[in-house]
Amino acid sequence: MTANELLVQIQNLRVEFDVRAGIVKAVDGVTFDIYRGQTLGVIGESGCGKSITARAILQMVPKPGKITAGQVLYHRRAKGSTQTDVINISKLDPDGQLIREIRGGEIGMIFQEPMSSLTPVYNAGSHINEAVSLHRLMPLRKVGDQMAETIRAHRKVTKEESRQIAIEMLRRVGIPKPEQRVDSYPHQLSGGQRQRVMIAIALSCQPVMLIADEPTTALDVSIEAQILDIMREMQRNENMAIMFITHNLGVIAEMAKEIVVMYMGKQVERASTVDIFYDPKHPYTRALLQSIPKVGRKTGTRLASIEGMVPDPFNLPTGCVFHPRCPSFMPGKCDKIAPTWKQLVGDHWVSCLLYEEV
Amino acid sequence: MAKPSPELKKKPISQSYWSLVWWRFKKNKLAIVGGILLIVMYFSFVAVPEFISPYDLERRSEYTEARPQTIRFVDQNGKFHLRPFVYGLERKVDPVARRRSYVENPDRVYEIYFFTKGDPYKLFGLIPADIHLFGTKSDDPAASVFIMGTDSLGRDYFSRIMYGGRLSLMIGLIGQFLTLLLGSVLGAISGYYGGRVDIIIQRVTEFLAAFPDIPLFMALAAAIPAYWSPILVYFMLTVILAFVRWGGLARQVRGLILSLREREFVLAAKSFGADDSRLMFRHLLPGTMSHVIVIATLSIPGMILAETALSWLGLGLRAPLTSWGVLLQESMTVYAIRFAPWLLWTIPFLLIVILAYNMLGDGLRDALDPYGAR
Amino acid sequence: MLNYILRRLVYAAIMIVLVSFVSFVIIKLPPGDFLTQKVEQLRARGDRSAEARIEDYRIRYGLDRPFIEQYVGWVTKFVQGDFGESFEYERPVKDLLGERLTMTVILALATLIFTWAIAIPLGVYSAVKQYSIGDQIISVFSFIGLGMPGFLLALLILYFAITVLNQEATGLFSQQYVDAPWSIGRVLDLLNHLWIPAIVSAVTGTGGLIRIMRGNLLETLGQPFIEAARARGLANRTVIWKHAVRMAINPLIVILGSEAIPSIITGNALVSIVLNLPTIGPLFVESLRKLDMYMAGTCIVFFTLLLLIGNLLADLVLAWVDPRIRLE
Repeated sequence: MTANELLVQIQNLRVEFDVRAGIVKAVDGVTFDIYRGQTLGVIGESGCGKSITARAILQMVPKPGKITAGQVLYHRRAKGSTQTDVINISKLDPDGQLIREIRGGEIGMIFQEPMSSLTPVYNAGSHINEAVSLHRLMPLRKVGDQMAETIRAHRKVTKEESRQIAIEMLRRVGIPKPEQRVDSYPHQLSGGQRQRVMIAIALSCQPVMLIADEPTTALDVSIEAQILDIMREMQRNENMAIMFITHNLGVIAEMAKEIVVMYMGKQVERASTVDIFYDPKHPYTRALLQSIPKVGRKTGTRLASIEGMVPDPFNLPTGCVFHPRCPSFMPGKCDKIAPTWKQLVGDHWVSCLLYEEV
Repeated sequence: MAKPSPELKKKPISQSYWSLVWWRFKKNKLAIVGGILLIVMYFSFVAVPEFISPYDLERRSEYTEARPQTIRFVDQNGKFHLRPFVYGLERKVDPVARRRSYVENPDRVYEIYFFTKGDPYKLFGLIPADIHLFGTKSDDPAASVFIMGTDSLGRDYFSRIMYGGRLSLMIGLIGQFLTLLLGSVLGAISGYYGGRVDIIIQRVTEFLAAFPDIPLFMALAAAIPAYWSPILVYFMLTVILAFVRWGGLARQVRGLILSLREREFVLAAKSFGADDSRLMFRHLLPGTMSHVIVIATLSIPGMILAETALSWLGLGLRAPLTSWGVLLQESMTVYAIRFAPWLLWTIPFLLIVILAYNMLGDGLRDALDPYGAR
Repeated sequence: MLNYILRRLVYAAIMIVLVSFVSFVIIKLPPGDFLTQKVEQLRARGDRSAEARIEDYRIRYGLDRPFIEQYVGWVTKFVQGDFGESFEYERPVKDLLGERLTMTVILALATLIFTWAIAIPLGVYSAVKQYSIGDQIISVFSFIGLGMPGFLLALLILYFAITVLNQEATGLFSQQYVDAPWSIGRVLDLLNHLWIPAIVSAVTGTGGLIRIMRGNLLETLGQPFIEAARARGLANRTVIWKHAVRMAINPLIVILGSEAIPSIITGNALVSIVLNLPTIGPLFVESLRKLDMYMAGTCIVFFTLLLLIGNLLADLVLAWVDPRIRLE
């Protein structure tokens, strides 16, 4: 296996949401590549467009969002062959045969468990739905059935075979007594177990890539480590690429080889993990890094936080979108001129006027 | 230091809940239309029906079950008149069916004037007046303008619908108000105090829920003695409507209070030493208000319809009271539908009111829902 | 589980006793009884022997005995299958209801299937194609249906039938077919009459269901597990029907139990009165008006019984289709 075989290329991707209050550019000009067997980290605050980018790869941008520019190229390769076809995913029918084969079959996805989305509720019906939103599985059906359903959608196997595969997968992600657990309903599993099931489902069709959208945000730290271990082990065994989305810098340092930093729909910096942590160029990346508490820091010093508020997405600042919060703000430049995406050294890219001659 | 650029518009970060509600409500055109319709209807039916209707409620004419007179602008010679007019009615007896009917006589022309003198009345029950929105000025005693025909006693049906609207529309409001009072107070008590009071109230609402709705209405309404004065009957009917319907509301309020009771802001208020009544009226009940308002708006049509149905069956209001249900009694038979279909004119008015309430209620629900995702 | 059902049944029994008692009290509330009304009628007709005959009736129906005795007597017989005698028709309540039961149940079931078969697909379509032209049309239609009271709509359609089609389409059969044996002519005649109740139920019965189905499905479609199912490569159809609808339909089961099942017995009484349909509904309304005690009481008891059974069934079915619900 040679290094740096292209798998997914995102080129100048732009996703817009046309809502009544105006148009929101959720993703604006994002460009990066994902290579086979490697992990790419995407980091940024909530609402920065990282999840939308991930969904664009599967051609499932939620309504009313639309890909208005750019493309997602998928270098498809039949199992065992070296022949690659390049498929432009953003041109595919979102409910067509081909994209459905890719979704789940070749690119799997796991999600955050949205513990935070518990909304205050009004009636009994919503109470039930509250329980539902705790997991990404259909609450009324056994996990085994849902695994089997997915497996059968992608492989030609019988019901019995798909059940056996489901049990085997559950065993591999470390669920005790998988023969019994396969008949459990989602609400009978713990949060960590549910996420393991989700990973098992995603991996059951031996995908070439896994998109993990904040997979551990809602889990306890001890469970988090176990889940990350499972993902790494699976990646080694299957030579699988991972796109790891998070806002947790600690987690991403462990997982990713290369990191993309996003802010307000734009990528502001991209570099190897080592460079991001030890030689960050963009003021936003620096600010993010400074907000991590460190052991051994002098007690009494305050943790740095990023000044100001996340801007109104309908009313983005002119020039560089980060300028109102930027500690290196250059009046007359940053609020007037939009920075361009520039290569600094090697594979270190940044979008900041500090590194441009204007 | 962040240096906010001058271009960045300063938007108010937090708006008050009610201004947010109003802002969202305004965007819903259907709800606005519903609200305006209701204001117009309540004003004309409840406040000034005497002014809008050309005749007095009980004024009888010699024309019984006369068909509506068409309002015309073009006379029989094809000449256009700016002032609308109607043709006079002439009695005709069908020799075969032995039925009396009325035809329009193009030779007798009565012009329609606005703000004209007519039957005397008291505006708002106080101010003596005799100006009506429209009518004829003719001295001819046979002059008439029945835009929706007459009933079997020769009374102008349009005027009767106007007057009838007053009782029908008010019973919805008053009945719903009583329901609201009973339902939210009992529901709040049940949810807040729990224990034995809660159990008793719960059982009563369960019993009311197990009892079929319409039969309960009818049985209770049938129990109103026939010799009671009309006003007392009206009042009793309102009470009955409220009595049958408070249970559902009480359950919902109870549920809301139960969930609110555990919220931080209530616990915080408690820790500051707020007493029961303060907690209840300052913190808990306001939290249920938006929900209750929506339910109330959406249930008023049900109240109006219940009165209509009961009166229509002869179990609710009775003559001499005039409500839309009482008016509908006459149009119940196939005979009436065939020979005097204008007696169905009540129905469109009823439907408009119901539709308007539904549009308004739906808009309110969307506007008051703090997570208005729909 | 069995324990739970038993407990619910006992509870239902208590409720029914309470309801029957209270309905007895309510019917007794107005001054006078059926017979005082009857005496007045007879007197008005100039019947001299009225008083004496009424006394006979009073004893025959047990109206001379104290209230509690009347009630207990009726209940005892009720349990044995004798529901008492209708004053109005001077016949056993059981026979009167029996005559109309078949037609009532057939009509109610037909209405039920008809409305649900229309409402569910429309609701699903409306939610899946939210804000499309189809959705808007369905929404307007369901709004009208939601606000439109059945008996008023029936009156309007009747007006249309009489004046435009010149068809006096009340009842279920024309005069010549009422007692005729079944034949093609009779079936055609029935269909010719059935379209009005069909339209009334299609308009008034579906509006609410469509709105609920649409709302539930929209809420479900926004749930994370739907997105996850899509991300696993399932077809849109599968996601909508096997995941979203399967989930969103549950609240409708409650409606089926608490509204549809009890309506089997009375149907929509008001619509039946307007359209002169031979169901139990009009009989019941009439009995309330005439203070026909045993008839009214029997109807109320059966109605309540169906309501309680419907609720119980709904709960059981709900627990069966939703593993998260535990019966205790």
